[in-house]
Amino acid sequence: MTSSPHAPQSVAYVRTEDAPILPPPANTTGLYGWARRNFLDSMTDFSDVGSSVRSVLMILLTAFLLWFGISQIWGLIKFVFIDGIWSNPTGARREACLTQAQGGLLPNDQTVGACWPYVAANAKLFIYGRYPMAELWRPNLVFLLLALGLVWTLWSRMPYRKIGAALMLVVFPMVAFVLLTGADLSAPKAFWYVWPLATAILLGLGWAGGKGMGGEAVKAFSGAFWGLGLFFAYILVFALAATMNWGLNSVTTRDWGGLLVTLVVALTGITASLPLGILLALGRRSTLPAVKILSVAFIEFWRGVPLITVLFMSSVMLPLFLPPGTSFNDLLRALIGVTLFASAYMAEVVRGGLQAIPKGQTEGAQSLGLSFWETTRLIVLPQALTLVIPGIVNTFIGLFKDTTLVSIIGMFDLLGQVSSTFADSSWATPVTRPTGYLVVAAIFFVFCFLMSRYSMSMEKKLRRGHAR
Amino acid sequence: MALRHLLCGVMAVGFGFAAVSTPASAQTSGSTLSAVKSKGRLDCGVSQGLPGFSNSDSAGNFTGIDVDLCRGVAAAVFGDPSKVRFRTLSAKERFEALKSGEIDVLSRNSTWTMTRDTQLGIIFAGVNYYDGQGLMVPASLGVSTAAELDGARICTNTGTTTELNVTDYFRSHGMSFELIAFEKTDEVGAAYEAGRCDVYTTDRSGLAAERLKFADPEGHVVLPEIISKEPLGPAVRQGDEQWLNVVKWTHYAMLNAEELGISSENVDQIRDEQAGLVSQGQGNQEIQRLLGLGDDFGAVLGLPKDWAYQVIKQVGNYGEVYEANVGPDTPLKLARGANALWTNGGLQYGMPVR
Repeated sequence: MTSSPHAPQSVAYVRTEDAPILPPPANTTGLYGWARRNFLDSMTDFSDVGSSVRSVLMILLTAFLLWFGISQIWGLIKFVFIDGIWSNPTGARREACLTQAQGGLLPNDQTVGACWPYVAANAKLFIYGRYPMAELWRPNLVFLLLALGLVWTLWSRMPYRKIGAALMLVVFPMVAFVLLTGADLSAPKAFWYVWPLATAILLGLGWAGGKGMGGEAVKAFSGAFWGLGLFFAYILVFALAATMNWGLNSVTTRDWGGLLVTLVVALTGITASLPLGILLALGRRSTLPAVKILSVAFIEFWRGVPLITVLFMSSVMLPLFLPPGTSFNDLLRALIGVTLFASAYMAEVVRGGLQAIPKGQTEGAQSLGLSFWETTRLIVLPQALTLVIPGIVNTFIGLFKDTTLVSIIGMFDLLGQVSSTFADSSWATPVTRPTGYLVVAAIFFVFCFLMSRYSMSMEKKLRRGHAR
Repeated sequence: MALRHLLCGVMAVGFGFAAVSTPASAQTSGSTLSAVKSKGRLDCGVSQGLPGFSNSDSAGNFTGIDVDLCRGVAAAVFGDPSKVRFRTLSAKERFEALKSGEIDVLSRNSTWTMTRDTQLGIIFAGVNYYDGQGLMVPASLGVSTAAELDGARICTNTGTTTELNVTDYFRSHGMSFELIAFEKTDEVGAAYEAGRCDVYTTDRSGLAAERLKFADPEGHVVLPEIISKEPLGPAVRQGDEQWLNVVKWTHYAMLNAEELGISSENVDQIRDEQAGLVSQGQGNQEIQRLLGLGDDFGAVLGLPKDWAYQVIKQVGNYGEVYEANVGPDTPLKLARGANALWTNGGLQYGMPVR
């Protein structure tokens, strides 16, 4: 045996080459390995009494959950697809979903599932409510523009997204308003004198302040004048569009219903509550007592009152306070109520984000010479808002589902419209109600799930989660 | 800082916007009839969905006997039954909506009671459906009268008069019972069908509607007893007798038309026949007065001379409306019963046009 102290690797019991990389044991890989790691390990340990008891309990619990879950899902699939009534060749109504014993057309031994002819016959009602048939192209066009605009604005690969966002926020509401209502409203004559004047004054002050005219006071508030002036100008343009005759038949909001109302209320609430909420959150953190007290009072009032009460008050109490004969559009009541309500919640979500931004950020910005609004707009809000995306989307989703409460004031949102068809005796069957509720649930789920997924992708993109 | 001003401004603008968007509508402080005429439509309050009374069909059109009463009033005023805007109202907001002037007629299966007639500032214009609270039991129970229901478990809605009525009825008959009350009609039906109670009680028309949703509708019977009076009818605001008369006489015109055998089908033919006879002083005077061939009975209501003709022609007589919405040929299958004409042993009695 020749060995050298300088070459210990040549010792016979030492490997001269790497051990072959073996595949992992068969019972730790693949489906079996996964199942073993996640389920079976906790069920197959009978090494002592305690473990055996745990294993037996785990087996029982797993079996129960499997049985429960599968039977529920199977029940749903069976009701919706297998037992569902898909064909209605004779054009019958409730008879299409009833057995002969119940006075219908189906054989007596058939289990009747979801009544799809009912959904097909009422689909128009579910989507548009009582919107006139001849004018359906108008909501359809609004839906199409909305879909295109959302894709343009929200999908990160689209070009010119800022233009898209501006169009969606500024032009789309006007287009949708004109198309859906038919416009041609009348505004009080005084409006046409007062409003343009106010707009001109505000814009003039803003311009003067920017030029350094009119002294310190005007200069300091130049930004605010600009902002307000632009807002006033927007309302003016909106009012012009709303009072112009576009040659469209007027459709009263009373005839709106279904998904249309749900989307109008939810989208208005969502788009208006975020900026309002941000202002309220800033106001609540303000050092100016008046602003702070007003913001706190607003937030606490609207958070302290149930939405159902707000809507009910607006519908029952408001007409008593107004002069007799004055009508206040129901949809507008709902929109204002829902928006104010949601903005209070939004304010608290945003405030949570503001509190998470260290003071150093503000101080750093100030040391660079940024003004309060520049600091807020460029440093604080971008960080704060990205932090609270989950909370914001949570509020949006809550708001979307709260729209069902507008049925309290006699508006027919999606749920209210579907429920109203339950009173139609020509479609009264034992399965009408479950079918209708399933359709509503599915539609709401799709919208809420999309919002939730979009927020998750935003979070991922902005990577503000400090995820571990 | 500018923040304060911006905030105040935004709030001010918000209120300004709300005020501007308020549509200024016609004042109704004068007579309701002239207000209705000037706005060109009738605002009618109906339910959010009660089968046969007011519910919307798949096309979104309102149907039902409450709805047809409003269409009748519109036909009388405008000669056009489509000039009605229906306002769906919950039970809670219905009377407020009428009082505040949001609607001109409340035709929402509302029971005519003394309290409502005297204390709410409204007044009922007639009864277009005599309903009553009924009791439904499974046929398998083998019960044929309410007297056999001692110890029964009874399902009903909370907070309605049905709860009080059933309590009164059982107490006064010395029977024991257990009341199981639910918030929503759906829940009552589901609990009853699942066997949680032996009796389902609500208005008889409601029982007929709810039975349609049962898996085995023939397995349930409605007992003959009527345990409360529920006269349902249209209501208007107090203090406007002219408008009260318009609504009241529209209803009577439909009843009189049925009694005289005038329907939407034959009204033109009858009118032509009578028009030939009226100049000779012959023919049926009652028909001539109703159809506006003789003296002008429209002017006293502030309506056109042919007001009743328009109602009958475009909406139908009471019997037609009944048959189309709740009668035996509809899914509800409600027999005329108390709603038959007085000449057929019912309670519906049209005051004479004279």
